[in-house]
Amino acid sequence: MKNLEELKKIRERVKRDLELRTGKHRIKIVVCLGTCGIAAGARESMNTLIDLIAKSGRSDIIVTTSGCAGFCEQEPMIQVYVEEQEPVVYGKVDTKAAEEIFEKHILNHQIVEKYLFTKGK
Amino acid sequence: MNDKSITQVLVSIDSNTVLSGARQIKTKLITELSRQGISEEVRVIETGSIGPTNQGVVLGVFPGGELYANLTEEEIAEFVQERFVKGRTYQKRLLAEKLPEEMMLQEYDSRKTQYYGRIVLDNCGRINPEDIEEYIGVGGYEALGSALQEKTPEEIINIIQASGLRGRGGAGFPTGLKWSFTFKEKKYPKYVVCNADEGEPGTFKDRLIMEGDPHKIIEAMVIAGYAVEAEQGFIYIRGEYKLSIERLQKAIQQAREMNLLGENIFGTDFNFDIQIKIGAGSYVCGEETALLNSIEGYRGEPRLKPPYPAQYGLLQQPTLINNVETLANIPAIILNGPDWFRNFGTENMPGTKVYTVLGHVNRPGLIEVPIGITLREVIYDYAGGISSGEFKMAQIGGTAGDILSAEQLDVPLDIQSLQALGHNLGSGALLIMNDSISVAELLTSCMKFFAHESCGKCSVCRIGTEYLYTACNRLRKGEGYADELENMRDIATTMKLTAFCPLGQSVAQPVFSALKYFKNELSKSIKQNKKSFSPTREKNSKVIYYS
Ligand SMILES: Cc1cc2nc3c(=O)[nH]c(=O)nc-3n(C[C@H](O)[C@H](O)[C@H](O)COP(=O)(O)O)c2cc1C
Repeated sequence: MKNLEELKKIRERVKRDLELRTGKHRIKIVVCLGTCGIAAGARESMNTLIDLIAKSGRSDIIVTTSGCAGFCEQEPMIQVYVEEQEPVVYGKVDTKAAEEIFEKHILNHQIVEKYLFTKGK
Repeated sequence: MNDKSITQVLVSIDSNTVLSGARQIKTKLITELSRQGISEEVRVIETGSIGPTNQGVVLGVFPGGELYANLTEEEIAEFVQERFVKGRTYQKRLLAEKLPEEMMLQEYDSRKTQYYGRIVLDNCGRINPEDIEEYIGVGGYEALGSALQEKTPEEIINIIQASGLRGRGGAGFPTGLKWSFTFKEKKYPKYVVCNADEGEPGTFKDRLIMEGDPHKIIEAMVIAGYAVEAEQGFIYIRGEYKLSIERLQKAIQQAREMNLLGENIFGTDFNFDIQIKIGAGSYVCGEETALLNSIEGYRGEPRLKPPYPAQYGLLQQPTLINNVETLANIPAIILNGPDWFRNFGTENMPGTKVYTVLGHVNRPGLIEVPIGITLREVIYDYAGGISSGEFKMAQIGGTAGDILSAEQLDVPLDIQSLQALGHNLGSGALLIMNDSISVAELLTSCMKFFAHESCGKCSVCRIGTEYLYTACNRLRKGEGYADELENMRDIATTMKLTAFCPLGQSVAQPVFSALKYFKNELSKSIKQNKKSFSPTREKNSKVIYYS
C-alpha cells in the first residue's frame, strides 16, 4: 500500500459486491422466479437485466427475486420500484423486453406501455 | 470481479454459532445451491456475529436484510428451495427483526431526540472478517491513510481529545489524554498494547468485535502507534478466544501482505507491526499492569501505580494500553471528526457503548446504543422486556459492578450520572434478574469468583475475598450472624481503601450497592443470635484480621 489512491482502487473493485449489503438502492427490480416464471424463461430475463446493470456501471440498481404472484399467464413478470414513484409491473418480459424496459424505464424513466401489466400497489 | 450474484446470504460464524453447527450449515447451503443450479446467483459469505444470540445458527439475506435463526442442517434443502428457488420468505425460521439495509444505522433512539448509528459494530455481521478487501470496501484503512499522509501525531491526539472518547475497558479514562501522556515521554522504543483479555464475567463484546471486524482493531492500533510514536504493538488476548485469535492472525497476515503493517506504511517512513500474546485465563491479567507482567513472562500480578504504563510500561518503556472497544472507535473518529462523534451519547461521555445484555430478558445479546440511555430503555426497548416474573435487580459492568434495584431503572447509563450515585459503568455487561434470584445468592456467586481470582499478592484482597465469600454463603443459606452485614461493610471498606490493585478495591462495589438497595432482604437472612463472626475472635478461623 503506497498511498490512498491504491486503497481507493481496491475499494472500487469490491464496491458492487458490498453494495448489495450496504448501499443505497434507488431502483429495485423484482423478478418473479416461481416455477411458472422459471418455466416461462424468467431466469434468462433476469440474467439479461444483471448484465445490463453491470454494463451501465450503476450501483444503485438491484435485482431481487420473489415467488409466483398468481398471474402465471403473464410470466415472466417483473416489478420495477423506483424511489418515490409508484411500482410498475410488467408481464411477458422475455430477454428482448427486458432490454427495452431497462433502456426506457430504468435508465430514462419512461414506462413501456407495451409490456405494462399494472401500476401501483 | 465477475460476480453475478444478486442475492447474498451471510452466515454468522462466531464462537456461539459455531457450536450450533454454523460451519456445517454453510457447507450444506453451498451444496444445496449448486444442486439447484443457482450458485452463481446466490453467494454465501461468512461473517461475524449478526446480532441475535442464543438462537442457533443465524443467517442474513441481502438485499432486504431478512434474518433467519435456529436453522437446522435438515432444513437447508427446503430453505434453499423456498427462499432462493421460489423466492419466498421461509416463514418457519424468519425473525421479526430485520437487518438495516444501510450500513450506518440511522434509527431514532427510543427517546426520539437524536439519531444514532453504530460506530463500533457497523461492520459486524456485514462483511467477511477474513477478507481484507471487504474491510477496505467499506472504507477500511482510509483513516490510517489519511492519518499518516495528512496529519501529525499531535493533530491526531488533539482529534481524539476533542472527541471526548473515554476508555471502554472499565475505568473510563479519557483516551486522548492517555495518548498524550504516552506521546510526551521521549524514551524509545514505545509500545501499544490492546487489552483483549476480556475477563469480566458476562462481558463478550470485545470478542464479537474481534470476530466480526478484526481489521478495525489492527487499523486503530497502527494509528495509535503513529500518534504515540511506537513501532510495535501487542494484542493481549484471552486464550479461550480461539476464533478471535484465528481471525486476528489472518488479519495481521493480510495487512502485512498489503504493507498496512510493516515498514514504510502508506509510503511514509513510519513502521509498525503487531504481535499476539495469548493469556492463560486469569482475571487479574486484564488489569493493565498485571497484563504487562504477563506479556513479559512474569506472574500476572499487578504493579504499583504510579508510575503508570505511560511512563514505565512494557519492559519499563512508555506504553499505551487501550481496550478493544476503545480502539474500535478510533478509525471512525479520525474519518468523521470529533464533532460528528459528539453527536452520539452525552456531553460528558460521547459515543456509543456496546452492552452484553444477559439474564431474564426476552432477547439477550449484544447491542450498541448511545451512551446515556437508561436501564429501562435497554431492557424494554432493546432486550424485549423481562422474560418471566418481575424485574428485581441488575448488575451492571460485570462481577465487579454495582447491583441496582428497580428504583435506578431510569438513571442514565453514563459515567457522570452513575458516579453521582457512587456507581461505575464498568465493562458493558448488564445482567438482568427477576425475583427468582436472591441478593445473597448473587453476592455469593460474585464473591466466589473474586476469592478464586484474587492473585494473592496482597493479604487484604486474598483474605478479604475469602471472608466475604463465606459471609455471603451464610446469608444465602439463611444462617447469617447477628452483625454479619456490618462486618461485611467493614471488610469491604478496608479492601476499597487498602487493596493493592483495583481488583481488590472493586470487590466493594457489589457489596456496597447490595447493602444500599437490598438491606431489608439481606437482613432477613440473619438467623443466628450469636453475635459476630469476627475473624479476630473466631477460634478456628484461618483468617487473621488485625483490628
Ligand atoms: C481486575 C481487573 C480486570 C480488568 N480486566 C480488563 C479486561 O479484561 N479488559 C480491559 O480492556 N480492561 C480491563 N481492565 C481495565 C484495565 O486495567 C485498563 O483500565 C484498560 O485496559 C484501559 O483501557 P481503556 O482506557 O481503553 O479502557 C481490568 C481492570 C481490573 C482492575
